[in-house]
Amino acid sequence: MSTPAIELKGISKAFGPVQANKDISIRVMPGTIHGIIGENGAGKSTLMSILYGFYKADAGEIWINGKKTEIPDSQHAIRAGIGMVFQHFKLVENFTVLENVVLGAEDGALLRPTLARARAQLKKLAEEYELNVDPDALIEDIGVGMQQRVEILKSLYRQADILILDEPTGVLTPAEADHLFRILESLKREGKTIILITHKLREIMEITDTVSVMRRGEMTATVRTADTSPPELAELMVGRKVLLRVEKAPARPGDKVLEVRNLSVTDDKGVKRIKDISFEVRAGEILGIAGVAGNGQSELLEALGGYQSATGTILVNGQPIDLTGSKSDGRTRRDRGIAHVPEDRQREGLIMDFQAWENVAFGYHHRPEYQKNRFLMDHAAMKADCERKMERFDVRPPNPMLLAKSFSGGNQQKLVVAREIERNPDLLLVGQPTRGVDIGAIEFIHQQLVALRDQGKAILLVSVELDEILSLSDRIAVMFDGQIMGERMPAETTAKELGLLMAGIRGEAA
Amino acid sequence: MDLMTFLQLGDSTFRLSTPLLLACLAGLFSERAGIFDIGLEGKMLAAAFFSGAIAFVSGSVWLGLLAGIGASLALSLVHGLASITFRGNQLISGVAINFLAAGLTVVVAQDWFGQGGRTPQLAGAARFQNITLPFTEQIGHVPFLGPVYVELISGHTFIVYLAALCVPAAWWLLFRTRFGLRLRAVGENPAAVDTAGISVVRLRFVAVGICGVLCGIAGAYLATALQAGFIKDMTAGRGFIALAALIFAKWKPVPAMLACLLFGFLEAASIRFQGQPWPGIGRVPVQFMQALPYVLTVILLAGFIGRAVAPKASGLPYTKER
Repeated sequence: MSTPAIELKGISKAFGPVQANKDISIRVMPGTIHGIIGENGAGKSTLMSILYGFYKADAGEIWINGKKTEIPDSQHAIRAGIGMVFQHFKLVENFTVLENVVLGAEDGALLRPTLARARAQLKKLAEEYELNVDPDALIEDIGVGMQQRVEILKSLYRQADILILDEPTGVLTPAEADHLFRILESLKREGKTIILITHKLREIMEITDTVSVMRRGEMTATVRTADTSPPELAELMVGRKVLLRVEKAPARPGDKVLEVRNLSVTDDKGVKRIKDISFEVRAGEILGIAGVAGNGQSELLEALGGYQSATGTILVNGQPIDLTGSKSDGRTRRDRGIAHVPEDRQREGLIMDFQAWENVAFGYHHRPEYQKNRFLMDHAAMKADCERKMERFDVRPPNPMLLAKSFSGGNQQKLVVAREIERNPDLLLVGQPTRGVDIGAIEFIHQQLVALRDQGKAILLVSVELDEILSLSDRIAVMFDGQIMGERMPAETTAKELGLLMAGIRGEAA
Repeated sequence: MDLMTFLQLGDSTFRLSTPLLLACLAGLFSERAGIFDIGLEGKMLAAAFFSGAIAFVSGSVWLGLLAGIGASLALSLVHGLASITFRGNQLISGVAINFLAAGLTVVVAQDWFGQGGRTPQLAGAARFQNITLPFTEQIGHVPFLGPVYVELISGHTFIVYLAALCVPAAWWLLFRTRFGLRLRAVGENPAAVDTAGISVVRLRFVAVGICGVLCGIAGAYLATALQAGFIKDMTAGRGFIALAALIFAKWKPVPAMLACLLFGFLEAASIRFQGQPWPGIGRVPVQFMQALPYVLTVILLAGFIGRAVAPKASGLPYTKER
């Protein structure tokens, strides 16, 4: 057997009382793609940050190509031939592609010769690996797919043999993700070693040769991808059997609950974010809005939720709602039976420094059941109410007195979902219900949404996760550049077709 | 207005723009690296006092200049420690430096010289002397060009020429060197610099150091060239006007020079035309003329400059994210 490109022996790392990595050992062979899968907070990113010199391990050894290597900082990692593509790109937005590539790897004190050499080098790399990027484009002017290629180019320019990618497909369209995987395949053919960190089982199955599963800071298994299956990996990740598919009966759509006609939203810079869209959601159905982040979905939710001004008509149960006047606020909307689980729970859904019981009352704090008399609120009732909801939604730990920020992502999301669903709304707006939520909680939240639908409520679901849209929706609308590109029934479409629509390409059928 | 008046106005524009320009470039280096610096004023003031004091005691303007730079650098170091090492609030640190300098200079001056918070008058080698450029004799007689050369270009102190040279130098350093690339990067996205294996802390300290040196020169100029000695609060808000010019110039060296020349011109004009009747308006109060540069600052910043985009990471301490 040949020497592993990377071998980690007994890596441990604690952040205060939290043990992020516990005695982790792993071997990755050269010229392979190795997946690391695990839920949020399982310690994947910490492990890779240790390998890249961002953190120092408390214990353990790193061996690169059979040599014990100390990696106290990123400079050492780069010298050891390790390149990292972070989930959030580390690019300077108002620099050109070329400047970003050479930053930190300049040849000398003057820029000109460096840039000239880099330009030639980039051209070579572009031909070799389908990595075409305009070297003189500004980062802020190119799409995320391109930006990611710049990150890969940065590593290759530094002659990395080992490439770590952290959740690389989170921001990509399916077509861009396919392109990325083609690039990874060709890198692998050239003998590069690739570590792919992801929480998406499909990607692991599609591209990796071997896969390691992490759970709560520990490595629970390392297997050959060919010898495993998604259900098995999911079980290893969560520690129990998980339903990967959402079980639901066919929808029985009733009356129109939400009718949107000619809705437009212009942001404060004067850019039209939503361009004259119309659609409807009926009682007892889930309308999924698919699309790459930033194509107007957020503005749509904000306009419907009452914190973004808009033009057009919105009817709820046949009655128009005020879009600009004094009755356009979120409280009035809630009183009209519109509940809203916002996209960003930490910014819009919760106040992180407030306690759970306060958070669970927000938006409904003026309701009579929370009042003791005309002037005082009934805190005891609020806490009791929160406790009930926590129990119903299996929020752990079930303690209303804890600060919102001390719950895990999944439990924070459950708090928000509980607050909104338990009000028995006619219409539920949900944005990215499972972003940053672990598989177990995803399963639970999905079940709750389907149950709400089966009670005859209307649900508008916005998600950038195509799998989620496909498995939950009864009807799918795809947004691109502020417009609805088309509507499809989940049974009659494919991820590929939706992917094209998400990229703004209408097929012959549309 | 005849040519002579015009040339004299230009001449004092250059003199009065110099401290603004140096302070503005100082701020440029600091803010391009992501460190807000509203302490330009305080650093200049401290430099003005120490250069004036040391120049008087030693009789050498060069020792005075060194002392000014030293004082300013020391305050820069404080700012660096507070905002880079300890990740404190950069505005608060800057305000503290301004207060510290405003108070300490007067107290120490009173203690050392007992002249009510000023240094004694400087004379001779304790001041920067005007430099007469070569060929003034020969060119002086040429019509138009001659007076321009003699009155406007020639006859300034060393620091005026130094400040002018700093503009292309700053541009070259920022946009043509490895150091400049990294400096600009650290002000936009320090995480990009960090992951490229470069120390964010060291880079920012160097930037803050450059800022200190330039502020030091600016302050020394006030006490040993523009005037003959330190007086209380002699910076008179120049550090803030320099900041305004920096925003006006959108953090670029050449526009920074133009902005500082504009502010310098207004100050020169307000002095030159004091008490003179304006056609159609009559006598304008002195206070109005003196307020003009500040009024213009407000107007320019309020609406005339369009969108000024500061370096993205400016004002934000850098912490590695988990």
